[in-house]
Amino acid sequence: MNVIDTTPSLALVLAIGVLFAAGVYLLLERSLTRVLLGFILMGNGANLLFLVAGGRSGGAPLVGTTPEDEMSDPLVQAMVLTAIVITLGITAFVLAMAYRSWQLHGHDEVQDDLEDRRVARHAARNAPAFTDTDSEESGETLDDEAAQVRDETGTDSADGTDGTDGTDDAEGRTTREPR
Amino acid sequence: MTPDAAQYVVPLPVMLPLFAAGLTLALWRHSRAQRIITVVTLSAVVAISVVLLVAADSGPVVVDVGGWAAPVGIDLVADRLSALMLTVSSIVMLCVLLYSLAQGVADDAAGDDASIPTAIYHPTYMVLAAGVFNAFLSGDLFNLYVGFEVFLAASYVLLTLGGTGERIRAGSIYVVVALLSSVIFLVAIAVTYAATGTVNLAQLSERFADIDPGVRLVIQLLLLLAFGIKAAIFPLSAWLPDSYPTAPAPVTAVFAGLLTKVGVYAIIRTQTLLFPEGHADTVLMWLALLTMLVGILGAVAQNDIKRLLSFTLVSHVGFMIFGISLATEPGMSAAIFYVVHHITVQTTLFLVVGLVERRGGSTSLDRLGGLAKLAPGLAILFFIPAMNLAGIPPMSGFLGKLGLVQEGIAQDTWLTWVLVVGSVVTSLLTLYAIVKAWNKAFWQTAPAEIPTDTRLPRGMVGPAAALVVLGLGLTVVAGPLYAYSERAAGTLLDGHSYVDAVFSKGDRGEGESNEVATDEPPLEETGGTDEGGDG
Repeated sequence: MNVIDTTPSLALVLAIGVLFAAGVYLLLERSLTRVLLGFILMGNGANLLFLVAGGRSGGAPLVGTTPEDEMSDPLVQAMVLTAIVITLGITAFVLAMAYRSWQLHGHDEVQDDLEDRRVARHAARNAPAFTDTDSEESGETLDDEAAQVRDETGTDSADGTDGTDGTDDAEGRTTREPR
Repeated sequence: MTPDAAQYVVPLPVMLPLFAAGLTLALWRHSRAQRIITVVTLSAVVAISVVLLVAADSGPVVVDVGGWAAPVGIDLVADRLSALMLTVSSIVMLCVLLYSLAQGVADDAAGDDASIPTAIYHPTYMVLAAGVFNAFLSGDLFNLYVGFEVFLAASYVLLTLGGTGERIRAGSIYVVVALLSSVIFLVAIAVTYAATGTVNLAQLSERFADIDPGVRLVIQLLLLLAFGIKAAIFPLSAWLPDSYPTAPAPVTAVFAGLLTKVGVYAIIRTQTLLFPEGHADTVLMWLALLTMLVGILGAVAQNDIKRLLSFTLVSHVGFMIFGISLATEPGMSAAIFYVVHHITVQTTLFLVVGLVERRGGSTSLDRLGGLAKLAPGLAILFFIPAMNLAGIPPMSGFLGKLGLVQEGIAQDTWLTWVLVVGSVVTSLLTLYAIVKAWNKAFWQTAPAEIPTDTRLPRGMVGPAAALVVLGLGLTVVAGPLYAYSERAAGTLLDGHSYVDAVFSKGDRGEGESNEVATDEPPLEETGGTDEGGDG
């Protein structure tokens, strides 16, 4: 039954490689929009991979119009179509999420976990032994620095001294007005 | 009910929730109608899944969707494992739905800005159910992918309900990680199709034997990677404790109970059916060990009950992977039993923590206290599933762990001994973490003022209590349930009964487009082919 020429086309293979490389690079960004672009590129790379998996193109796969051994494989196209539809829906959702993030914070960057920071702060209080020798004169520890990284919800005090002040953020009650 | 008759109800667990989703979306102004529709739908699915549970015990129930015989058409297969997962998850989803309805009603009555906007909640919940059930029933790798995508898309919406800052933050991480695993899954399917020319699971199980072992290993690892992210196996689990706790309590509960288990189910299905030679078993053993230990150490460090429970969730996925990696019938049956136990207990705990949050105003262990005196009923509701999770005899958690440890010792290699020790240590640390939470939330004197006049709505306590009782009931029915798990594991490791059931019509499997399924019963000769471990 394997009459379809399944030798992959070099152009397609290279395109898949480039799409995936660019996609992975963008996926590692912090901005949701870039992450989304990365996902779209990777999704298209996967779609092309399906096309390669189906072999070279042939005639329309309709019984009676094309001899059976000249037909192209219709199944991969059906699967790619499904994947495209799914990607479209997810893209719309992520765009909405990025927009909401922009409404709330004025940017669409993925933020650090507040609870992680609280645990880091907790550790900073309990473990003075982990002192950063580079910044010893300022009395800062590595954990203090970890506790102060990126605070973008705006309401959490960044002084890193109070262990409980971020709770309101964690429950998602306080949000800023859209800018 | 015979498998012949049962095949007509196999698609219903997927179709009914999808219909209900459309209907509730159309009726978005009428929240009472929405509630009635969703509850009736899920109750019907529970009934159907019980029918399937009985029917599948005499052989896998196969239905060709659209009348096209496999492998041309897509088939839905309900074997023992699928039916068992279907039953447990539909019961749990029904309980969580009732809980969330009561919560919604209570919030409306209190004039609160409801944390769950009900108009969109019901349709999304139904889509989630359809996706999960589709994943359990699918007999086709691509259809499995579609099932995953359906419930993931619903889960994105549920996780970011209301669109508050914290939920958007947690949702971003969750969505990005889920998207990555979806792409990996898609790539795995493409490579599979390129290598074998099919995506039908039964046909794959036949054709994988003939392809290059290197390619087969690549596909196996790609699938493990994709499912491992969804099941939150250790190096791929960091997203879970970060994203789950911010969602509304019922949403967290249903996610914790079901979504990781769908990943575990997919691992069980693909590893047993497609890769029976088990090249990944050693890797899986190490991953199981690390998942158990790293997860539970994370839980010990937490100061918030929801996050603590999320870490125990990660940790206990390790037990299931342990059972899968043993790759024997006793190991697999213990893993299946453990999945059933864990779906129930983890969901219960998250629901009860939702009650604790309502009663005490917080989930932070620094702020809670004295709840045992204020709300003794709530204390009992928390204590029972907590002890069940830690594995105190004679509860179901103990029975599952006992099965795993026994088989680990029976295999008697140094690695399984390490795993046995690891699982015992994990159980002890689970007990420690849970007892710490119990002491702080229920026994210590309250550090802050806790309102004494709050009453928990009976509609929320009821479903949570029902799940607590269900968790205890697993002990009562442990004999038959464990025997069923053993038969399910026997079917899985045998492999032939699944393939025979899908291709039982004799003239099927040629791939000719004019071979539409006829009306003859497809399963008449399969009754004797499966050799479950009835002993």
